[in-house]
Amino acid sequence: MEKVRRLEDEVNAENDDNEDDPWWWLVQKGIKPSFICISVFALLVRVAVGLHPYSGANTPPKFGDYEAQRHWMEITINLPVKDWYRNSSVNDLSYWGLDYPPLTAYQSYIHGVFLKIFRPDSVALFTSRGHESYLGKLLMRWTVLSSDVLIFFPAVLFFVLVYHAIQSGKGRKSDVAWHIAMILLNPCLILIDHGHFQYNCISLGLTMAAVAAVLAQKDLPASVLYCLALNHKQMDLPLFSCFKMSAYFAPAFFSYLFGKCLRHKNPLLEVVKLGLMVIGTFAIVWWPYLHSKDAAFGVLSRLAPFERGIYEDYVANFWCTTSVLVKWKKLFTTQSLRTFSLAATVLTCLPSMAQQMLAPSTKGFLYGLLNSSFSFYLFSFQVHEKSILLPLLPLSLLALEEPRSLLSLTHFAMFSMFPLLCRDKLVLAYIALYALFVLLYFAPGGPGGRCNSSKTLDQSHKAKASIKSISSIAFHPLVIGILCLFSVILHVIYLTTHPPKKYPFLFEAVIMLLCFSQFILFTFYFNLKQWMLSKHLTSKDRQKKLI
Amino acid sequence: MVKAQLLWFLGIATTIKLLLIPSYHSTDFEVHRHWLAITNSLPLSQWYSDETSQWTLDYPPFFAYFERFLSVFARLVDPQIVDLHHGLNYKANSAIYFQRISVIVSDLFLFYGVYRLTSNLASSKQNLVWVLVLWSPGLMIVDHMHFQYNGFLFGWLLLSISFLAQKRDLMGGFLFAVLLCFKHLFAVAAPVYFVYLLRHYCWGGLVRGFVRLSVMGAVVVAVFAAAYGPFVYHGQIQQVIRRMFPFGRGLCHAYWAPNFWVFYIMLDKGIAFLLRKFGFNIPVPAASFTGGLVGDTSPFCILPQITPVTTFIMVLLALSPCLIKAWRDPRPLMIARLVAYAYTCGFLFGWHVHEKASLHFVIPLAVVAVESLEDAKHYFLLSVVSCYSLFPLLYEAQEYPIKVLLLLLHSILMWFCFSAQFSNNIATKVTLQADKKTSQSLVKKKKASQSELKGSSRTTAEKGGFVLGWVAKSYLFGILVVEIWGRFFHPYLLGDKFPFVPLMLMSEYCALGISYSWIWQLKQILLLSP
Repeated sequence: MEKVRRLEDEVNAENDDNEDDPWWWLVQKGIKPSFICISVFALLVRVAVGLHPYSGANTPPKFGDYEAQRHWMEITINLPVKDWYRNSSVNDLSYWGLDYPPLTAYQSYIHGVFLKIFRPDSVALFTSRGHESYLGKLLMRWTVLSSDVLIFFPAVLFFVLVYHAIQSGKGRKSDVAWHIAMILLNPCLILIDHGHFQYNCISLGLTMAAVAAVLAQKDLPASVLYCLALNHKQMDLPLFSCFKMSAYFAPAFFSYLFGKCLRHKNPLLEVVKLGLMVIGTFAIVWWPYLHSKDAAFGVLSRLAPFERGIYEDYVANFWCTTSVLVKWKKLFTTQSLRTFSLAATVLTCLPSMAQQMLAPSTKGFLYGLLNSSFSFYLFSFQVHEKSILLPLLPLSLLALEEPRSLLSLTHFAMFSMFPLLCRDKLVLAYIALYALFVLLYFAPGGPGGRCNSSKTLDQSHKAKASIKSISSIAFHPLVIGILCLFSVILHVIYLTTHPPKKYPFLFEAVIMLLCFSQFILFTFYFNLKQWMLSKHLTSKDRQKKLI
Repeated sequence: MVKAQLLWFLGIATTIKLLLIPSYHSTDFEVHRHWLAITNSLPLSQWYSDETSQWTLDYPPFFAYFERFLSVFARLVDPQIVDLHHGLNYKANSAIYFQRISVIVSDLFLFYGVYRLTSNLASSKQNLVWVLVLWSPGLMIVDHMHFQYNGFLFGWLLLSISFLAQKRDLMGGFLFAVLLCFKHLFAVAAPVYFVYLLRHYCWGGLVRGFVRLSVMGAVVVAVFAAAYGPFVYHGQIQQVIRRMFPFGRGLCHAYWAPNFWVFYIMLDKGIAFLLRKFGFNIPVPAASFTGGLVGDTSPFCILPQITPVTTFIMVLLALSPCLIKAWRDPRPLMIARLVAYAYTCGFLFGWHVHEKASLHFVIPLAVVAVESLEDAKHYFLLSVVSCYSLFPLLYEAQEYPIKVLLLLLHSILMWFCFSAQFSNNIATKVTLQADKKTSQSLVKKKKASQSELKGSSRTTAEKGGFVLGWVAKSYLFGILVVEIWGRFFHPYLLGDKFPFVPLMLMSEYCALGISYSWIWQLKQILLLSP
C-alpha cells in the first residue's frame, strides 16, 4: 500500500514538475526536436538582423569588412590559387589583401562561385570594387547564413548532445533548451556575423565541434577540427616569431590533450598520433603553397600584420587600457612590444595550462578554454574588439555552470563593441538583440531566473567558501545594479552627446576602462574557479580512496 | 506572475518586431503616414474630403482620431512626417522608426486583450494561446512588415469577446461598437452580435427586456455619436460614408484572396475555354482580374456578374445557420466560435476581400483551438493555410527567408504545443491507473516508474495524441509543392509565360483549405449541443 502511495506521489511530483515547467511542451520530444525549434528561431533572428546595414556601407573608398570579404571572393574566383596571397598587377594587396589563412580563402572561393551564378558583376575582377546592390547584399548575407547553418548549428547540436550525455540526470529537461538558446542566440556573435559582416561562425563552429569531440573522448577528430578552426581565422598574430600561428584556444587544447596523453599507457605514441593528425591537417589545408619555401612564407607573412601596432581603436585589453598611463607605443619599439605581449600572454596562460596538465578533466578543459582565451584577449598583440567573441564561446558552453557570469560578460562584451556597432549603424539591432538575450536568460522557470531568485546553481558543487564570497560580492544585486545603471547612462551619453573637442575619444576610453576592469576580474575569477575545481576533485578522490 | 510570463512572451515578439523595422513595407505605410498628415494639418471638417494624395482617409472616425493622437507625437519626432505636401512619400528613418514603433506600442492592446481572454484558463492552455496569438506569423507579416495596425484592432475584438464570455454583455457590446468605429470591416460579425445580445442580454420579461434593450441601444448610439457626431455637425457625414464604402472596386483584390470567388472565376474561365473549343464565339471580357482595380464592366464570360448586393446576400445566407443557433442557444462560451465563423463567411463570400482578412477569424479561433483535440487539428491546418496565403504580400527576395521561417517556426511551435497539450491530458490519467495496477510487481523505485511513465505516455500519444490524418498531411504537403512550383519551377520551365499562374494556384489551393475550415466550423457550431 505504501508503495502505491509513494508511486502516486512520484507521478504527481513528475506532473507537478511538468506543470511547473512552462517549457515542457518544448522539451517533451527530446533534445533534437527542441534543438530544431530553437534553431529555426535563431535562424529567423539572424535573417532579421541581416536586414540591417553592414560595416562600411556607402563609405568609399575603403568601405569595411563586408567589402573585404567580397573582395576576397573576387580575388579567389578570378585568380589561380598561387596568386591569392601575392601582390601583383591584378591583386593589389594594399586594398583588402587576403590576410587570413587558406581555409578562409577556400571558403571565399566557394561563396564567390555562389555569387557569380546569381550576380556575376558583384564579383567581377576590378570592376566590382565597392560593389553594392540589393541582390549583392542579400547573397552575401545568405552565404553567412548558410555557413552558420552548415557549421555552427550542427556543432551546437553535437556539443549539447555530448555535454548533456555526460551530465545525464542532472537538472531539468528544459535547462537543455535554455542552454541551446544561450549558445545559439548570443547577441555578440549574431551582431558581428550577420550585422557587421564576418564569418566567425565558421571558426567558432569548428572550435565548438572540436570541444564537443574532446568531451566525447574523440581526441583525434578533435585535433583535426581545431586545426581547421585555426586555419580559418588566426584572430591574432605574430606571437611566436617562427611559428606564426596561434589562437586563443590553443593553450587549452594543447594542455588538455597533452595532459591526457601523459596519463595514457603509452604517452609517446599518443603524442605522436596527435602530432601526425595536426601536421596532416595543416599539410592538406596548405597544400597549394607547400611546393616551395617562398610560397609558404609568402602566405605566412601575409597573415602577420607586422606593420600594425600593439592595439587599434579602443579595445578593452591590457595594453590599450594601460596606455592611458604608460605610452607603450612611444616608449618601446614594435618588436619589443611583441616580446612583451608574448611573455604576458604565456605567463597568464600558464596557471590554467598547468592545472590541465596536472589534472585534465572535461570541466577543467572548458574553464581552460575560457582562461586561455581571456589571457589572449587581454594581453596579446593586435587585438580587435570582436575578439571578445572567443572568451564568450566557452562561457556560453558553461552557461549552466556559470549563468550569472554569462549574463554579466555578455553585457560587457556587448558594451565593449558598442562604439564599433554604432559606427555600423546597428544600434537598433544592438538594442533588440540585447533585450532578446536578457529575456531568454530570464525565461520563466529557466535557470537564469531561478539562480537569481534564491538558490544558486553553484551550491550543488559545494564550491569553496572563498569562491562563494567572491561571487556573492560580484553578483550582489547592488553591485550589478550600479554597474547596469552606469552602463545604461554611458550608452545614452554615447548616443546623444558629443565629446569635448579636446578629448574626442573620451567616451570610448571610459567604456574601455569599465569593460577592462570587468574582464580582468573575470579572468581572476575563472582562474580561481579552475584551480578550485582540481582541489575539489583531488579531495574527493582522497575521500574515495579512504573509503 | 501570469502577467509577467505573458509580458515575457510579448517581449520576445517585440524584439523580433524591432529587428524587422528595416524590412520591406507596402504602400500602406505611406497611406498611414498621409493620414497622420491629414489629421494633423487639416481641420476635422476636411479630413474626409481632402484629395492631396490618392490615399484618402477611408477608415471610420475613431481610427482618424487615433491617427490624430499619433500625429501629436509624430510632429515632435519630425515635423515633416505630418506635412501634408512636403511629407508625400516621405521615407526618412525618422518616419519609418516612428510609424513602426507606433504599431509595436499599439500591440499593447492585443496584449491586454489576450491577457483578459486567457485569464481563466489553465496555465498550459494560457501558454498555448499566447504562443498562437502573440507570436502569430500572420500578424508579424501584416503589421510589422507589410504595415497595418491590426494587432491594435484585434486587441479590441478579443477584449469584447472576453467580456461576452464572462457574461458581461453590455461591456462586450460597447467594445464591439467601438471596434466598428475603428474599422468597419469588422461589421461582418455585427449580425451575430446583434442576435446574441438581443437573445442573451435583452430577452426575458417584457419590462426587463425593454429596459435592457434601450440601455444597450443607448450605449451603441452613444459610441456612434461620439464617432460620427462631429462629422454630422460639419455636414460631412455623406462624404464620410462615401469614402468608407468604395464599391467602385472590383469583386476581387489584385491578388485574389483565397475565397469562394476564385472558384467562381475559374469555373467561368473553364466553361468559356470549353465552349471555345466547341466552336462557340465567346468574347474575351475587357476587364481582367489580374489587373487590380476593376471597373463596372462584367469581367465574366459566361456566368452572371456578381454585384455587391449578391455578395451581401450570400454572406447573410452563410451566416444564417449560425444566427439561428445563436438565437436558440446563446452560450457565452460559444461566442468566440460564432464571431470567428461570421468572419469566415465574410471572408469567403464578401466583396473585394483582402487576403489579410483571414486573420479576422484565425486570431479569435486561437482561443477555441485549446478546447479539444479536434479543434487543435483544425486550427493547425487553418493557421498554416492562412499564413501561407499571406505570402504574396511580401514579394521581395529579402523577406523571402523571413516569411518562410516564420511559417516554419509557427508550425513547429503549434505541433509541439498541441501534442504536449493533448498527450499530457491523457497520459497522466492513464499512467496513474496503470501504476496503481502494476505497483505490486514493481520493486525498483524511481527509475523504473519514470521509464514506465515515458513508455506509456508515448503509447497514449500514438493512440489519442495530436496526429494529423493523411488527408490533412497530404494537403499540407501540397502547399510545399505549390510553393516550390511557383517559386522555382515555374520561372525556369515556363519563363515569363503565364505570370499569373503561381499566384492563381496559391489562392485556389488556399481557398480549398479555407472552405474546408468554413464547413468544419459550421459543423462544429451546429453539432455542439448544450
